Amino acid sequence: MDIRDTPEQAELRRTARRLARELGPRTVADLDDRKRSERLAEAVRAAGWLELRQDGGDGDPLASGVEAAIIADALGEAVADVPFAGPILAADLARRAGARPVDGVVVAFSRNLLDAAVVPGPATDTPILAIDHAAQGPVAAYVLVPDGDGYHLALAEAEGARDGADLTRTIRLLPAGVPLLPVPDQSRRLTHDDLDAWAALGLALTSADMVGVMRGVLDITVAYARERRQYGVAIGTFQAVQHLLAEARCLMEGAFSAALYPAWAVDQLGPGEARAAGCVAKAYCTRAARTVCETAVQVHGGIGNTWDCIVHVHLRRALLSSQWFGDDGEQLRQLQRTRLGVLHGLS
Amino acid sequence: MDFRDSQEEAEFRSRLRAWIAENNPGLPVSSTDDEYWARQGEWHTALYDAGFFGLSWPSRFGGHDLPPVFDVILDEELAAAGAPPRPSLGYLVQGITTHGSDLVQKRFLPGLISGRERWCQGFSEPDAGSDLASLRTTATRNGDEYVIHGHKIWTSYSDVADWCFLLARTDPNVPKHKGLSAFAVPMHQPGIEQRPLRMINGITKEFGQVVFDDARVQAENMIGEPGEGWRIAMTIVSHEREPGEVGYVARYAKTVKDLEATVRMDPGAFRSDQREAVAWAYVQAEMLRLHVRRRLSERLDGLDHGPGGSIDKILMTWVEQTVGAAALSVAGSRAVVDGDEVALKIYLYSRAQSVMGGTSQIQKNIIATRILGLPAA
Repeated sequence: MDIRDTPEQAELRRTARRLARELGPRTVADLDDRKRSERLAEAVRAAGWLELRQDGGDGDPLASGVEAAIIADALGEAVADVPFAGPILAADLARRAGARPVDGVVVAFSRNLLDAAVVPGPATDTPILAIDHAAQGPVAAYVLVPDGDGYHLALAEAEGARDGADLTRTIRLLPAGVPLLPVPDQSRRLTHDDLDAWAALGLALTSADMVGVMRGVLDITVAYARERRQYGVAIGTFQAVQHLLAEARCLMEGAFSAALYPAWAVDQLGPGEARAAGCVAKAYCTRAARTVCETAVQVHGGIGNTWDCIVHVHLRRALLSSQWFGDDGEQLRQLQRTRLGVLHGLS
Repeated sequence: MDFRDSQEEAEFRSRLRAWIAENNPGLPVSSTDDEYWARQGEWHTALYDAGFFGLSWPSRFGGHDLPPVFDVILDEELAAAGAPPRPSLGYLVQGITTHGSDLVQKRFLPGLISGRERWCQGFSEPDAGSDLASLRTTATRNGDEYVIHGHKIWTSYSDVADWCFLLARTDPNVPKHKGLSAFAVPMHQPGIEQRPLRMINGITKEFGQVVFDDARVQAENMIGEPGEGWRIAMTIVSHEREPGEVGYVARYAKTVKDLEATVRMDPGAFRSDQREAVAWAYVQAEMLRLHVRRRLSERLDGLDHGPGGSIDKILMTWVEQTVGAAALSVAGSRAVVDGDEVALKIYLYSRAQSVMGGTSQIQKNIIATRILGLPAA
């Protein structure tokens, strides 16, 4: 047992942070800088990070969930406006189905963002959501088609309207009636175990993203508390402010510890155990990230409540990561089922 | 990053699991019952004699020279079996190994680690709580010994202790942080009076008060140099705060397990908020278990006595108080109908966690100034 990064993981963490900080937005206005965001997207692609969960040739992914989570954390810290978890989750799902990876594809989700969208017919029957895809052009998203006691993959492709609370990652609503295209060369049917293991990766990545968001927003807020002066002194001198920030730091550290485990468990434990680890991390990180981002808004005072102060970009990003694969309440419900024997339908 | 046991760790875990199955004393939850505190010494020596205590400490003093993560394996297995946590002595061991002379280490560490000699910690005083450096207990040199006068409080296990790790003022003429020294004071002598302390949940065996009136200690029992007391105290309290050092993970996990079992018997009998409180307590306890795994892994890079323990203490406090609140919630009216109700005692005891070992407010001051680098108030 050794929870430290390996030397390679530590190097990846440094590289990813450096890249994300260099090319991520530093101000709200930076979000409109297309040149910058394209450079960021190109750098992430060139680093090979979008391929981490593709088949390495033996059915196993090229890199483990730990590496994927390290990058998710770094991108969250810099509120980097570049697709990562979306393509990674699509590649992971395609690998499990034994299908060749397709560039630019993400996974379609049900409206509640909990699960991959299941489509029984030749076309989508309800609106579905594509999350974290490239900002331009039509979007292609995998859906699950029931097949015996499992599923196979199909593709839904559409223009869709861009929207969503998160200013750094896209969500597109694909309307009902989008026709499905076949995904060629699938060698395996996806089982419920496959989907549990895949969901564990989703929980690990969204948790890691929130850990990064917390670290990033806290750095910004601590720096602000050192500079901003009231009553002739820096506001960071006041214990009332210090204690808010100290609590936020504790929450971030606890969330980091909780989020490491599912990232490792995805490839090392059975699907049920990995998913349970993801549940714990997601519940903790969701509550922690919400509090830490709210603290950031509070410590920034009036200006923290304006559009041009970047901390709401962190808060908004945390809100999407919270809902994606289920928020704290959803995870606690899941834990009640698995640990307390609470059946569906018990209110 | 690897959460899996190595072969050596797995073997240790299975040996430990088998031993606990045979030797679990079945004590009540530690915070709720004097029987636990009364029998904690037996549990200490049983663990030690079986080779399961002092895992990461030097073998020349009775430890096992194992990597720090073995302690979390111990915590996890004790929790899984519902056995009592390991005795919380790590901070005294760290204090003595970091600051004590070879002679002091050789004299005191073996007995401390084996549990053959029992220790209490004489730091806090009625008028020196958070402002520890203002303490007034004096130790005055007189030939080969020091003469002690003063009043200590929150002295854990003082009634059964053979030795007191005492912090006293040896030089009243220098600034308050510089005039303190530390001693190993024998507790069995005429100049020492024990006064019990009853906590809000009724237990009396954990904490005591000790009045020193002309008590004596040999000068060679000084730990560290004259005037080094404050630095020693800071080493000790930095570890006193660490869940990795005190092993409380096992205590929280046991309570959560008991709560889960209660709800599982008839989930429909509990409201959704009660069930959610238990699920959240599980999340918190699990977070702390993983956090301790991380912190003890980081010790493979070398142990430091820095301010990070304050973060861990706050996390531990939140966990204990979340678990305490869940116990209260699940018990509902039972908790108030019967004054002996375990849930009530667990809840009441949990309130002390944000005070003992340094209040949460002090921890936050430390985090803000020494970790976040904010200007001191």
